[in-house]
Amino acid sequence: MTSPLHQELIIMSETPSYIAFEEYSERVPASIPAAVQQATERFVAGRAARVGELPQWEELRQIGSDIRQHTLENLDIYLARLEAAVLSAGGHVHWAGSGEQARQIVLQIAQANSVKAVVKSKSMATEEIHLNDALEEAGIEALETDLGEYIIQLAGTGPSHIIVPAVHLTKEEVAALFSKHLGIDAPTDPTELARIARETLREKFLSAQMGITGGNFLIAESGTLVMVTNEGNGRMCTTMPDLHVAVVGIDKVVPDWESLTVFLKLLARSATGQKLSTYTQFITGPRRAEGEFGPKEFHLVLLDNGRSKILSDPVGRDVLKCIRCGACANVCPVYKNVGGFAYGSFISGPIGAILSPQMLGTQAARELPFASTLCGACAEVCPVKIPIPTILLHLRRRVAEGDEFSEPTISLPLRATAALASLALAWNWIYRFGARLLPAINPFFRRDGWLSGLPYPISRWTKVRPLPSFGSRFRQWWRARSAERKGEKR
Amino acid sequence: MSKAQLFLTCLGDQFYTSTLQNMVRILEQLEVELVVPPGQSCCGQPLSNNGFEDKTRAVAMNFLRAFGENDAPIVAPSGSCASMVKHHYAGLFPVGSAEHALALDVAARTFEFTEFLIHQLKVTDVGAVYPHKVTYHPACHYLRELGLKTEAKTLLNAVQGLELVPLREEETCCGFGGAFSVTYPEVSRSMMENKVKCVMASGADTLVTCEPGCLMNMAGGLHKAGSNMRALHIIDVLASK
Repeated sequence: MTSPLHQELIIMSETPSYIAFEEYSERVPASIPAAVQQATERFVAGRAARVGELPQWEELRQIGSDIRQHTLENLDIYLARLEAAVLSAGGHVHWAGSGEQARQIVLQIAQANSVKAVVKSKSMATEEIHLNDALEEAGIEALETDLGEYIIQLAGTGPSHIIVPAVHLTKEEVAALFSKHLGIDAPTDPTELARIARETLREKFLSAQMGITGGNFLIAESGTLVMVTNEGNGRMCTTMPDLHVAVVGIDKVVPDWESLTVFLKLLARSATGQKLSTYTQFITGPRRAEGEFGPKEFHLVLLDNGRSKILSDPVGRDVLKCIRCGACANVCPVYKNVGGFAYGSFISGPIGAILSPQMLGTQAARELPFASTLCGACAEVCPVKIPIPTILLHLRRRVAEGDEFSEPTISLPLRATAALASLALAWNWIYRFGARLLPAINPFFRRDGWLSGLPYPISRWTKVRPLPSFGSRFRQWWRARSAERKGEKR
Repeated sequence: MSKAQLFLTCLGDQFYTSTLQNMVRILEQLEVELVVPPGQSCCGQPLSNNGFEDKTRAVAMNFLRAFGENDAPIVAPSGSCASMVKHHYAGLFPVGSAEHALALDVAARTFEFTEFLIHQLKVTDVGAVYPHKVTYHPACHYLRELGLKTEAKTLLNAVQGLELVPLREEETCCGFGGAFSVTYPEVSRSMMENKVKCVMASGADTLVTCEPGCLMNMAGGLHKAGSNMRALHIIDVLASK
C-alpha cells in the first residue's frame, strides 16, 4: 500500500534522532495530500459553522488564552493542588520527569498487578513516550481502541494528525490492513469496517486487566481527569478493567471547573466542528464502593518530559497552551500538502513544528521551524491564540544563531551565505552594483521571456517555476526623470 | 500637497520596473510629492525569516539611515516588506536606544501601497479603466499581518469595466513564503500548483495581487502551466487607462 521508501520514513516506534522534513517532502505519496485535503476540508467547514454561531468567539479565545497563561505561570501551585485532590479522592499520583521514567512507572503498575493485556484510548502522551513498545517488550499486549489509533497500530506507524491519527489512509487501505491482520476479507465500507473493529475490540475490553488513557484536561480543584471523545471506547477503557492508568502531560492542568467550561466550548468547535464531543468524561479517583462504576485503582502519571524546560523560555512556552484540537493543521497549506509523517514525531502540523524542536532539540528537529511560509493561518484559528509564526521565528533564530537553549545548528554554508547577504544588503552600494550586473545573465537563460535552468542555488526556484528576467531599470529612469524635471524648472 | 518616500523593495527593484513606474504615476496624479532614497536596498526580511536576527540588524540600520532622515511617509508596493518594517524592526534594537526610537518612528509611518491610498490619501477611485475579468489573491502578510482585508477589493471594484470574480480558497497561501520557496521547493510546488489550479478555474483572464513575491510565484506557475492568463500587481491595473 505504500512504497518501501515511504514506509521506512514513517515508522516512528522510537524517538527520532533526526527529522528529515525535506527528504520526506520530496517523496510524499500522492494519496496522502488527497486524503488529508478531503478530511481537513470537512473539519474547516465544520469549525467555521460552529464558530460563526458564537458571537463572543474572539472573546472566548482571549479568555482561554489568558487562563492557559495564568495556569502555566502558576503551574507549581496548580499541580500541587491537583495532586492533593487526586490523593484525597483515593487515586495515586506518579511524577515522571522523562518518557523513560513514565514507561517504568506504567510497567511497574502493570507488573505488580500481573497484567497481561491492556486496552488503550485517547493518548497522545503515550504516543509521545512510545509506551506500546515498552509494554510489548515486557510481554504485555497493548491494544489501541480508538478506531483511528487501532488502524495505525495495525499499520505499525505513528499518528499523522492530532485528532485523526489515520487521516492519511483511504478506506481501501484500511480494508487491506484489516484483511491482512484479522485474516478476513474486509469490505471497504467505513461502517462495516467500524463494525469489524468494534467486534474485535469488544472481546479485548472484557479480558484486559488494565486500561491506559491520556486526558484532555486535569481539574486542579477536584483532581478530576477530563476525557473528550467521540467513540465511547474511552469509557470502556476506564470502567471495565480494574486498573486505570492515565498518562497526562503536566501542561494539561486547569484551575477549576469554571475554567474547564471555556475549554470545552473552544475544543470541540475547533477540532471537529462539534458543539460538544459525543462523550465528555469526568473521572475523579477510583470507585468509592463495590458495585459502583469505575476501576478499583486509579493512577495518574504526570509527565514532564521536557515541558518544564520549555516553560523556562518566555517566547517558546506559549506552545504549552495547546489544547490539541488540530485546527492549526487543518488550515495549514504545508501540512495539507505533506501530511503528518513529514513532521517526524507524534505531533504534526504547525504545532508540531514548534513543539518538536523544543522537546527534541534544534539538532534533531532543525528543519521543522522552517517548514512554514509564515502565512499565519494557524494563529488565526488557534483557540488559545498561540502565536505560532512568532515561535517559529524564535526557533529559527535558535537554529541560525543559537541562544541560551542551544548552540546554532544550521549548516556552515548557510551561515556563510547569510553573512554575505547581510553584508551586501547593509552596504547598499554592493547591492546596487550587483543589481546592475544581474541583467547581464538574462540572455543565457531566457526562454519565452522567462529565465529557467539557472545555477544553484536559484535552481531550487527555477526547477519549480521560471523566474522573471532581471531588469533593474527603475532607479536610472527615476534619476533621468528627476534631472529632466529640474532642467524644466530652470 | 502630501509627500511620500518610495520604498522599492528588492523584488520590485529587480523584477518590476514598470510596476514601480506606475506607482510613481498614480501617486503623482494624486499630487503626492515623491522622493526615492538612493541608499535603500532590502528590508532584511529574508535574513530575519531565516533566523539571522543579528545579521538583519545591519540591514535594518541601512533602511533606517536611508529613510529616517526624511519625515515623509514611506510607501511600499508590498505588504510583507511594509510589515517587516512596521512589526519586526523595533524588536531588533534594545528598548531605550536611539535606534529603537527611530525604528518605532519609521514603523509608524510605513505603509503598504493600497493602505496608503485608502487610509492616508482617502482615495478609493484612481480613475483606472481595465475592462477584464479579474480574480484577486490576498497575500498572507498583507491580509493577516497588516489586516488589509477589503482595501484591494475596494480599489479594484472602483476600476471602470473591471469585473471581480471570486477565487476558491483565496486566503490560502500560494507557497511563496520567501526563502521557503527554495528551502522546501517541492512543498512550495504543491502549494503553488493548488493555487494556480484555483486561479485558472476562476474564469478570470487576469490574476491580481499586491505582493511582488507572490506575483512572481503565481505568474511563473501560470506560465509553466501553459496558461495565457495575465498576472499583474494591483498597481499595474490601477494605472491602466
